[in-house]
This record gives sequence, structure tokens and C-alpha cells, in this order.
Amino acid sequence: MRTTWWSIRALGLIAALAAPLAPAQTLRLGLAEDPDILDPTLARTFVGRIVFSALCDKLFDIDENLNIVPQLATSYQWSADNKALTMKIRPGVTFHDGEKLDAAAVKFNIERHKNMPGSNRRGELAPVTSVDVIDPSTVRLNLSAPFSPLLAQLADRAGMMVSPKAAQAEGDKFGAKPVCSGPFKFVERVAQDRIVLERYSNYWNKGEIHLDRIIYLPIVDATVRLANLKSGQLDFIERMAASDVPQLKSDSRFKIAKVTEIGYQGLTINTGKSDLAQKNPLGRDPRVREALELALDRDGIVQVAMDGEADVGNQWVAPTNGFYAKNLPVPKRDVAKAKQLLQAAGVPSPSFTLMTPTTSDAQKIAQVVQSMAREAGFDVKIQSTEFATSLNMADKGDFEAYVLAWSGRADPDGNLFSFYGCKQPLNYSGYCRQDVEDLLVKSRTSLEPAERKKIYADLATIVLKDRPIIYLFHRHWLWAYSTKVSGLRTIPDGLVRVQGLRMK
Amino acid sequence: MTHYLVRRVATIVPTLFFVSILIFGLQQLLPGDPALILAGEERDPTVVAYLHQKLHLDQPLPIRYLYWAGGVLTGDLGESVRIQKPVADLIVEKLPVTAELAVLAILIALAIGVSAGIVSAVAKDSVWDYAANVFALWGLSTPNFWLGIMLILFFSVQLGWLPASGYVSPFDDLKANLAAMIMPAFVLGNAIAAVLMRHTRSAMLQVLNADYVRTARAKGLDERVVVLKHALRNALTPVITLGALEFGTLLSGAVLTEQVFTIPGFGKLIVDAVFNRDYAVVQGVVLCTATAYIVLNLIADIAYFLVNPRLRDSHG
Repeated sequence: MRTTWWSIRALGLIAALAAPLAPAQTLRLGLAEDPDILDPTLARTFVGRIVFSALCDKLFDIDENLNIVPQLATSYQWSADNKALTMKIRPGVTFHDGEKLDAAAVKFNIERHKNMPGSNRRGELAPVTSVDVIDPSTVRLNLSAPFSPLLAQLADRAGMMVSPKAAQAEGDKFGAKPVCSGPFKFVERVAQDRIVLERYSNYWNKGEIHLDRIIYLPIVDATVRLANLKSGQLDFIERMAASDVPQLKSDSRFKIAKVTEIGYQGLTINTGKSDLAQKNPLGRDPRVREALELALDRDGIVQVAMDGEADVGNQWVAPTNGFYAKNLPVPKRDVAKAKQLLQAAGVPSPSFTLMTPTTSDAQKIAQVVQSMAREAGFDVKIQSTEFATSLNMADKGDFEAYVLAWSGRADPDGNLFSFYGCKQPLNYSGYCRQDVEDLLVKSRTSLEPAERKKIYADLATIVLKDRPIIYLFHRHWLWAYSTKVSGLRTIPDGLVRVQGLRMK
Repeated sequence: MTHYLVRRVATIVPTLFFVSILIFGLQQLLPGDPALILAGEERDPTVVAYLHQKLHLDQPLPIRYLYWAGGVLTGDLGESVRIQKPVADLIVEKLPVTAELAVLAILIALAIGVSAGIVSAVAKDSVWDYAANVFALWGLSTPNFWLGIMLILFFSVQLGWLPASGYVSPFDDLKANLAAMIMPAFVLGNAIAAVLMRHTRSAMLQVLNADYVRTARAKGLDERVVVLKHALRNALTPVITLGALEFGTLLSGAVLTEQVFTIPGFGKLIVDAVFNRDYAVVQGVVLCTATAYIVLNLIADIAYFLVNPRLRDSHG
């Protein structure tokens, strides 16, 4: 009898131990690609930034309307000549290894971004000449010239802070076991399989963190990613296929969130990258490019290629963006006028090759462009090319036109400067005009939004007429998730913020 | 015997040398500058220049080969530039996954293929024979990725019986591991089963017409004993050779199947590495599989040698 009593008590104790105090909240998130190295200084991919948004806090963040909001920096002030930015650093913040995040740590990080071999942040912080620690919670960045996109850069990877102690100890291997100050800390990574993060108990803003664990699972195929969501292996997927939206909408177990991207899809035309530009009427004659644009019905392209999941546009920012030049609206399709222009240019039926990466979106866009342009007299040959190869060909100017997307940056400068500056790395068109160059530089040195808007409008007037890039549309970031997930904020940069996110 | 073995092992060295040159050389034919794709969206020229230097892309081809081969000889297969992890670690991580998948797939293939082959040979021109042939045609003509997605949609999404994709180590949870592996193993096994079925069938038909089988039947042996004991044993030799070859292919990674089911094995590793121009990974993995092939081949040769006394005599 006595034994039985003890057994029951022992069983009760075991049961009590086994029952968790609160259900552990694990979010399993399906990524469209496997991220590259998880070191903010060396990182290169868009998908890596999704993981960083849980792992590494930044000096600033952006909100739903692309406003710069505080994160690790609580406030900032520009000097009178706009050549120094002084920031107050949030007190009491620690890295995942317990080290203090103070002004000295910020200085270390900015210098690491600038000096580490292979750093992808060097260009983003190029105007920063030195960093001064004024006191433990105040830091000043000194610039060679005023630089308006700086805050936006500090709201992305260039503003991510890693533990100086861990970074010094690990060197260029830091990315294998990153130590940051974000809401979640690194647990493990199996390449191409999973990245596991766990809630950081000393996070400065822990009231906003409701998840215990996040597991990122890269699943490249959109159909398989969706199947995993539907079968319950995943709670959340990013970048679902637009064609799957209607079917998932009718399923009450899931929700879809969408927001227009800050990037764009467009046709990049070789207007001066190589000799090919002059050999082809499309590259040689702006009238032919205008005819091509007029031959295209952007709404039709969006309907057919994107299942309607995009906003049409004709500029480097979407029409809803504050920097959109409203006096240059999206042109309507006008095949008759396109034909007239081709007649005037003396090439009633010009032909060109449209190079396109092998992604299904790009292929569909190319096909729709081909058939629409044909009605105006164009003979478009589609050349499907594997992405790395196409990039190399674009870089060498070995193309006539190229279907190319840009994931976008919060500041319009990030969608512009590198594409139109004469010697810039992303200027695949080979476009170069001194007046454009001057305006680009001017837009960077002006900190006044109204003035910048004016400069961008002037730029748009020139560039949209020359058409080295014909902008087509801005995709919707499409996220699908189980109804168990709530608190999602849709930020146009397409990164999943974990603050406020919870599971039922 | 010893003389033969020594000679046989000695040929491995030049073979591996040529294989390594081939791997390295063929990769150079891939268009696209690796530094350009590795430099990411921004393509900062200083980063591109840094990567050129780091990957020795600024050096002539033979020098680059020597850098790599020198590393391999000292046991250093290099590092993945994309995620900065040693290639050897990646191989150690992925090989068991692919090996498990290959073993399961070949078991499924043998179970289905050999039995279907026997049935269709024994019951030639019957309904069973036609059914087995239709199955073989289906298995050969069904694309792996399509079958994979269909299985996922049916068993995972519709019925919710199996996980749609992902991998769990058998040491963590054997049940979950098998649940995750059964569909990809079936997809792979299905295609091989079709090939094995056709070969088993034709080998069996040949053997069943042989004199000794007729003698066995004439002796009044039970048909089951004749088929399974006397005929099958002889018919299996080519089937086993074929199975071993297919197994070797499976070990080099089932690219599409691993991609569909998100199994982190060799196939996925190598495909991602090719698309990202992560040369060290491609070279390391291909060298590893090539070595495995060569060693398997050697073992097979030695096995023939041991089994067949005539070979032994001629090589003294």
C-alpha cells in the first residue's frame, strides 16, 4: 500500500516535470533560398537579411512607410554643415555574449565594415572618414561630404552591430557563429537545411518578443514551400508564388499578407556598355526605345506574368512612394504612336535579343514583352540564360536588352546611383551623362527631402526620356502563414520583422 | 595475386590525377565570373577584386590547379566562399544523408523491380506481364520531380500522413527520419525498379529456357523451387551488377529529388554550388564521388578475381 502511494506521488512528480510551464512558441519559416554567410559585413544576399532581422539589431530601422525609426540609436543629429552625424546609443543593450553595446562597439563595427577585406559595406559607408566616441553613449560619424542616404544605410546591414569580442576572436569565420544584439541568438546552422535561432533573454525590447525559437528552412521550389505550409511543417513562408494566391485565399487555415516592394522589375537596355549598343537600333536610337515602351501594356504584363500581384510603375520607385515624380505618370500603351516612331527612326521592324534569367517570372515577362512588341513591329528574340552567366554577359556588355530585377533599398539613392552613375558597378546600360552625374551627386549631398524630391524629378525628366532602363512594375512581397501566427508587420523591404510576432 | 593487386592499386594514382585535372578543367568551362556572382547584389568592384585575389582567379589556370591540388594532397579541400565553411566539413555533413537515401532507394528498387521481373517472366504474356511492363514504362517515363510533387500533394497536403520535406537525423529520431525519407526514396527507387524489372525479366526468360532448368522441371521439382532457386540465382548476376552501378549513381547525389524534398545531401550541395559558382565545393564533392567510384570499381575487380579461378591463373 505504502509502495503504491509513493509510486503515485512519483508519477505525479514526473508528470509535473514533463508538463512545460508555457507552450514553447517555435516559428518555422520557409525561405526561398539558402542564405550566404551570416556576417553583416560580408553578407551579400537578400535572403540573408531576413535572418538578420531576427539576429542582428541595427542602429536604425524602417517602418511601414519607409520612415527611419530608432533601433539601437535612440536619436541622431546632423552637424550644421551636414558633414557629421552624432547618434545617441540606447543604454543597457548587450550582445548575445553579454558584452556591452556602447559607443566604442559602434566605432568598432563601423570600422570593421569599412576595413575588413571583402567587406560588402565599404561602398555603402564610403563617405564616412572617421568615427569619434564622444562618451560611452554618444558616437559621431565624420563624413567627407554630406551624404543623405547614410541613415538608410545604417537601417540596413551597414548599421548592424556585432560583438567586438566575438568578431575579434573569430575573424572572417565570425559568420559561422554570429554574435549580435538582436532579439534572437544563433543556435545552429546546417547548410541548405536549417538555421536555428533562440530567444535572447536580455534583449532590450523583450516585451515585443513572443516567440521562443525560430527555425529558418530554405526550400527553393515555391510549390514545395507552399505544400510544407499546407501540411503543417511550416508556419510561415516568404515569397509565395503569385499564381498560388487564389487557391490559398479560399483556405481558411491560412492568411496572406502582401506589400509592394521597394525594388522593381524592368528591361535594362545596352545603350553604351559595349559596341553592341551602336550596332542595334534599340541601343542607338532613343525613339526606338520609346516605341518599345509605348508598345507595352504594363497592366497586361502584370496580369499575365504576375497574376496581378504587382503594381505597374515607370520609375525607380513605385507611384505610391514620396519620391515618385508625379508629373511623369505611367504611359498608356499606344501601338500607333510606337509604329510612327519606328517609321521616323527609319526602322519599321527592328529586331533585338532580350536576355532573360531562367526564373519563371523573368521568362513570362520576356514572352509577354515579345508578343506585345511584335504588334508594333519589333522582332524580339528571347535568350534564356542561367543567372550567373547572364550577369557576366551584362557586365561585359554582351547583350542588347536584359530582363533584370532589383530588390530595392529604402532610400531612392539605392535604386538609382549605382545604375546611372557613369562608372558605377550596376550600370549595365553603360549610360553616362554629365548632367545626370551632377544631379546624382547633388541628390546625395542634399538632406532636405523637398529639395531631394525636386532633384529626383529633374533626374526622372532626363532619364525616363533616354530610357536606358524601362521600368515595368513593382512586385508584391507575398507572405503566407498559418492563422496561428499573428502580429505580422508588412514592411516594404520584404524582410520579416519578428517584433510583435506571436503564435497561438 | 599480390602482384596483380599492387598493379591494380597503383593505377588508382594516375586515374585520380587525371580525374582531378578533368574536374578542375571542366569547371573552367562554366561561363560567368565566380567573383561577380559571389559579390552579391551590389557587386562592389573592390569586393570583386578581393574575391579574384582570394580565389586566385587572377592567376593562370595551371597555378590555380596547383593551389587546389596542393591543398587536396595535404587534406585541405578548401572552403565554401558562399558560407565560409570547410568543404571537408560539408562533405562529412552531407554524405551520410545521401548514403542513407541511396540505400533506401536501392532496397525499394530491388524489392519492386526484381519481384515484378520474376512475375512477368514466369507469367509471360499474361495480364501480370503486361501490368509489370506498364509499370516499368511508367517508372521510366515519369519525371522524378513531378512524381515527387504529386506524392507531397497527396500524402502530405491531402492526407497529412508524411512530412512534405526536410530531413531529420536517424540518431535524433528514427521514426521521423524514415517518415521524411520514404517518399524521396520511393521516387528514386521507382525509376530504378523499372530498369531492374526489365533486366530481371529478360535474364529470367533466358535462364528459364536453359537446359538445366528443363532438366530440373523434368526431375519433377516444384515450380517454385525451379524459379526461385535454380533460375533466379543465375539470372540475378547482371541484375546485381546493374544495381551496383545504379547505387553508385545514387551516391553522387539525386539532384532533382533532393531539391524537391529539400533533403540536404550531395545533389543539393552540388547544384547550389554550381549556381553560385562556389568552385571549391563543386571540386571537392566531385572529387569525393569520383574517388568512391574508383574504389568501388577496384573492390568489384578484386571480387571478380577472387570468385573466378580462371582470372587468378592468368594473372599469376
